[in-house]
Amino acid sequence: MNVLVDNFDVFAGGFWVTLQVCLLSTAGALLLGTGAAVLRISPIPPLRWMGTAYVTVIRNAPLTVIFFFVAFGLPALGSNAAFLDIPGLNKVFSRLGIDLPYFRFAILALSVYTGAFVCEALRSGVNAVAAGQAEAARALGLTFTQNLRYVILPQAWKAAVVPLGTVLIAMIKNSALAGFFGLSGDLSQAAQDLAIVKALPVVPVFIGISIGFLVMTVPLGLLLDRVERRRAVAR
Amino acid sequence: MRTKPLVALVAIAGLALGVAACGGDDKGGGTGTTKTFEAGTTMERLNKAQKITVGTKFDQPGFGLKNLSGKPEGFDVEIAKIIATELGIPADKIEWKETPSAIREQVIQNGDVDIVAATYTINEPRKQKIDFAGPYYVAGQHIMVRNDDSSITGPDSFKDGTKKVCSVTNSTPANNIKKYLKDEATQLVLFDIYQKCVTALEGKQVDAVTTDNVILTGFIANNAGKFKLAGTKFTDEPYGIGLKKGDDKFREFINKTLETIFGDGRYEKAWRDTAGKFDPNLPAPPSVNRY
Amino acid sequence: MNAPPVESRVRSASPARARRAGAGREASVLYDAPGPRARRTAVIVSVVVAVLLVAAAYLLVYRPLAARGEFTMAKWGPIIDPGNENFGPLWKRLFTGFRATLTAAGLAIAASLTLGTGLAILRIQLKAQRSRRFTGLAAPAGYALRALAWLLRLVTRFCVEVFRGLPVVITIFFVSTVLPGIGLNLHEALWYLVVGLTLYNMVVIGEILRSGMEGLPGGQREAAAAVGLTSFQVTRLVLLPQAFRIMLPALISQLVVVLKDTSLGFFISYEEVLRITTQAIQILGNPIQLYVVVGAIYIAVNYTLSKLAQYVQRRLSRGRRALAAGATPPVALASQAEAGGMSL
Repeated sequence: MNVLVDNFDVFAGGFWVTLQVCLLSTAGALLLGTGAAVLRISPIPPLRWMGTAYVTVIRNAPLTVIFFFVAFGLPALGSNAAFLDIPGLNKVFSRLGIDLPYFRFAILALSVYTGAFVCEALRSGVNAVAAGQAEAARALGLTFTQNLRYVILPQAWKAAVVPLGTVLIAMIKNSALAGFFGLSGDLSQAAQDLAIVKALPVVPVFIGISIGFLVMTVPLGLLLDRVERRRAVAR
Repeated sequence: MRTKPLVALVAIAGLALGVAACGGDDKGGGTGTTKTFEAGTTMERLNKAQKITVGTKFDQPGFGLKNLSGKPEGFDVEIAKIIATELGIPADKIEWKETPSAIREQVIQNGDVDIVAATYTINEPRKQKIDFAGPYYVAGQHIMVRNDDSSITGPDSFKDGTKKVCSVTNSTPANNIKKYLKDEATQLVLFDIYQKCVTALEGKQVDAVTTDNVILTGFIANNAGKFKLAGTKFTDEPYGIGLKKGDDKFREFINKTLETIFGDGRYEKAWRDTAGKFDPNLPAPPSVNRY
Repeated sequence: MNAPPVESRVRSASPARARRAGAGREASVLYDAPGPRARRTAVIVSVVVAVLLVAAAYLLVYRPLAARGEFTMAKWGPIIDPGNENFGPLWKRLFTGFRATLTAAGLAIAASLTLGTGLAILRIQLKAQRSRRFTGLAAPAGYALRALAWLLRLVTRFCVEVFRGLPVVITIFFVSTVLPGIGLNLHEALWYLVVGLTLYNMVVIGEILRSGMEGLPGGQREAAAAVGLTSFQVTRLVLLPQAFRIMLPALISQLVVVLKDTSLGFFISYEEVLRITTQAIQILGNPIQLYVVVGAIYIAVNYTLSKLAQYVQRRLSRGRRALAAGATPPVALASQAEAGGMSL
């Protein structure tokens, strides 16, 4: 168990990098997913098609492939994802601003991938709102945007919380892949470094890394269970 | 009606197993030349079995890379083939097993492979776990930069913390370069293969790629005019053949084999057919280290 | 890559979500049928969007790629030109890779379904034992049995939370290093990949089935108990078949996840299709082109599987409507599985 104590800074550093990736990707995925969901329910067919195409393509591709296209396709188009170097935000998340783009690439890849699942979670929430609600709103003369803003979304949000949480838990776990695409110092890279390069005993390393991930995923899962149980009772 | 989904699932599972079952393929044919070895030695066992399992890299250009026919090619591969021939085992009876850096000691200790020839640097920590025959080649770590870049002159150029370098996960070169870096987080990128590093170098995400010189000369040859080497090589990496610890007779057999081929032209031919395509200078055969 | 976001944490039934997520429904409910003005606006917006998309594709994607020579036959030839010397060998290698992908997926699916079912039954049985007092036995034996059940409950719960909460890639990595260390040497990367994938997916499938069984109306269990079935018989003969049926779409979607996750074998050197692509890239030097093709094949296969899941779901819900068996909770569960899982 000395391994855990001696390398505490490695685990903690890895946890912090992974946490940053997860926080930023969550924001990105929610933005992209909401946008795609709005597209998918919009009255204009080509916009709906765009939303559907995005979701279909992304959901069916392995994350490795998405990561590859962000980390190697984007540079081929001449971009280092510098648009993610947002003033203010890069004060808190200093890695956003550094020269090496792989932190930004990781966030972009995870956001794009998770966004498709967020979109589906939101859409399922919209579908859960009783049809009569939307019909009544229309009967009152509300426009499409008013209908969404005042009637559908406030209710859809509730139904979408649990699926959304599920998607985000999955995203946290997916972030482990970033270490294989140029991001240095995250939890999965730390695992490899300690277990392979430094040849430390595997089991303690495994425990340390597991704690890092479980600290993020398990509480979120328990929280979701609770939210849902409470909602079931309320109903 | 109620049982249908169950049946369907069983069917899916069955189908899955069926697909799984048709993996695997057999190769046959070939008889070895008859050679006799002292009873009870590894050489005798391998010769009798007419089969040897060799661990090598499947993703190192010039040393061990699977080609489009699914066969490994490279200098390490040729050396292993020569050793097999000396054991009286034809090349098509060699079972190749991929041994990335991370698992080399492990597969030798477990007995999953008989020998490992996989750009395997001889060093002290590894000698604790396994034994090395050889070396048969001395590589050196070098730095490759873009052709128009003269700002990097050697590993010390990374010390001010502005230049970014790429290498491969869990490799010796990656570990070596770390001590020249000011901050790993902002300077070091690791991928699973060098091709990705080269792509990143071309796209200017990184300023340099570092690994053994022969691999780099390979990339320079394949991308005419794009890259060049910076400075001189700054490490010596003696490549050896890994085998089970304590098997001294087998080790001596391989050492003798290596010494033979250093002189009889086979070493030179192996080089010219593989890594020599990138670097025509024939390496001076190193002297075998019987530690 | 981890665990694709398809962890199906399927939760208890929620009647509000009972309605099927019909694809066309939003279109008709959220806004009125378009009139002449709305139709005109729609056409204008469509044209503008189309023009913008084409312009963006040309300026931002085509031009930079063409400038780098990504559209030349030197890069595409080995993939699309049967006359190219590398065409035959490349596709043969890729085919080998796909076979390896399917092999790993097939084995992992078979193992996950079997063990997942076992886990679900175990957890349901343990839960049923919770209120049992073993009054027929001597007090110490009764306590011992209750302690054992409690302990098993704790262990299974712990395993579920751990393997569900860990990235699959980490699980596979450690399976491949820990197992040989404790004397369980499986020799082939395939088996480490299968074990790693199974550990994760059996837990997920187990949870899908368990929540399927728990979501069934309580009357099912009571009626079965009333005709004298033992607790195990109730699970096996009454609950499990229904849970399978209700959760079939969720299960099929989970299979897509397994297929996608086999690509994680790349870093324990299992030669599935992405690993072989990586090797080919080093010979042919055309990463973008090869990934486009392999990615497209993955998408096509997974898309077909997802469509199959939708088809199965539609068939099932139609059958249920025909039965008119006021089976609201199961329907709710099924659609929730779809929703929570889009996830799936």
